[in-house]
Amino acid sequence: MTSVFGLVLLLGIPIVLITGLVSYAAYDPRLPGNETTPERGLLGFYLFDWPTHPVWLYRFTQGVHVVLGLTLVAVLLAKLWSVIPKLFAWPPARSLAEALERASLLLLVGGAVFEFVTGILNIQLFYVFPFSFYPAHLYGAWIFLAAFAVHVAFKLPKMVRSLRSRSIRRELRTGLDGTRPEPPDPDGLVPLRPAAPTMSRRGVFAFVGGASLMMLGLSVGQTTDGPLRRTALLAPHGRDYGPGPNDFQVNKAATAMGVDPATTGRDWRLELAGPHPVLLDRAQLLAMPMHTYALPIACVEGWSTEQTWTGVRLADLARLAGAVPGTADVFVESLERGGAFGQASLSAGQVADPRSLLALRVNGADLSLDHGFPARIMVPNAPGVHNTKWVRKLSFHATAS
Amino acid sequence: MLSGIRGTYRWVATRYGADPLHLLALLACFALAGYAASRVVAAGILVGFLVWFVGAAIIHDLLLYPLYALADIVAQRRPWRRRRPPSGPVQWPPLINYLRVPAALSGLLLLVWFPLILRLAEQNYEKSVALDTSPYLGRWLLVTGVLFAGSALAYAVRLRRNKSSSRSRTRLRPRAPRSSPSG
Repeated sequence: MTSVFGLVLLLGIPIVLITGLVSYAAYDPRLPGNETTPERGLLGFYLFDWPTHPVWLYRFTQGVHVVLGLTLVAVLLAKLWSVIPKLFAWPPARSLAEALERASLLLLVGGAVFEFVTGILNIQLFYVFPFSFYPAHLYGAWIFLAAFAVHVAFKLPKMVRSLRSRSIRRELRTGLDGTRPEPPDPDGLVPLRPAAPTMSRRGVFAFVGGASLMMLGLSVGQTTDGPLRRTALLAPHGRDYGPGPNDFQVNKAATAMGVDPATTGRDWRLELAGPHPVLLDRAQLLAMPMHTYALPIACVEGWSTEQTWTGVRLADLARLAGAVPGTADVFVESLERGGAFGQASLSAGQVADPRSLLALRVNGADLSLDHGFPARIMVPNAPGVHNTKWVRKLSFHATAS
Repeated sequence: MLSGIRGTYRWVATRYGADPLHLLALLACFALAGYAASRVVAAGILVGFLVWFVGAAIIHDLLLYPLYALADIVAQRRPWRRRRPPSGPVQWPPLINYLRVPAALSGLLLLVWFPLILRLAEQNYEKSVALDTSPYLGRWLLVTGVLFAGSALAYAVRLRRNKSSSRSRTRLRPRAPRSSPSG
């Protein structure tokens, strides 16, 4: 039974780990202002320029990271439940090898639960942990990854052997009446004096599988648009705002971010810094060539939504400021105060993509204040926090090579 | 030379208690984990990180497991149960899984979503989402209600099937002698 849960986790956990590491790269932490973990050292060895193609990539990888993580909670708990007899093994270790392996299990279980707990609390904005989420979740993941890799290396042959020892098809045909305890095993996972069974093995699998499907079904809707979104009954960001053009998921409301509506009105100017500094008001921006694209907002918290954005190309603004698109990145600053993401850098590739916009309108209407009026960044495939709202200044710099 | 290596290998294996490769793999694991831990130190969050990490390692085995195991034992013994007089041929199928499954599923939802359901992060949530979390308690209760109702329905179906099968058994019994070879 442990082997079946182990197999599911062996398939699922690497996907969650990899999509998580991909999300770290998506933040382009090497660009100024994007770094949430400046002390990462060698752990950032694999970082690469985050692409703008395909537009749905981050929506997909981060949706999988969060929703698959939620789905696996039940399997993780079942796996921990199934190895409980090991907790009472006495003596705890008969050799140095066993003692060291048990120490690695502390990292494995601690790492797994730590990652699940911090992730799940973070998407609910319940910041009770005494540390910043980003470094803790990242370094915790590497500790877990190390322990997970050796655990798989040690246990894989055992898992295969034990999966082969019983016919899955026969187990699925065996009801409660035919359920017998397993023969004692060298690992001591089988209880010595098991109580009479109250649930068949297929019953346990249906139980855990059903729990996983329930977690999936009640949260996956937050990654979709249309009627399915309403199925996200228990997901923090699957909310319904109404039928209007600006009625889609808000993350960071204007008032909470200290955005004074007075500063977004007539006196608002967009400052372009570069070889030829320029100051533009909203009418001048609207007089520039407008482009419209359907682009998703995909948040690190797992939710996403696609909307139709209209605005000025970042590449056109770069040219206006005297920079050459493709050779310059941009540092974006917002009117917001106090937030961790009041500024962000976009790479030269992101600036040059024709679909990268300084958006002024959404779904045919002006942006609402909560969605970033008077202007916000929309970059294809960028993580949500890099689509800065309430933009006040764009500074174009030649890309350091 | 070769036998010397083999000898050392065997010596390490007996002293250590497993294949030396086992030791090598674990040392690699501890090296990577140790490096990640040094980044935690560099980030200046070691104490909080350590407390939460160790807490995470024991929360299931020492808190959740005793809680749900105890609840399960209590539910199986059912100290509140009324002793039913033996009611003829009708067999009451065991109730435990019809309680266990909806309770555990509802508990899992609460375990994962308690900050939303119990409105513990209300301020952060309203700042971020521009709505409040008031619907979540109702939604969780709704799902819990659906789970228990579905379970009760499944139990009723099972009971009905048991009744009809035991009735057909009692109807069959008197006929049995007739079909015997001596009849």
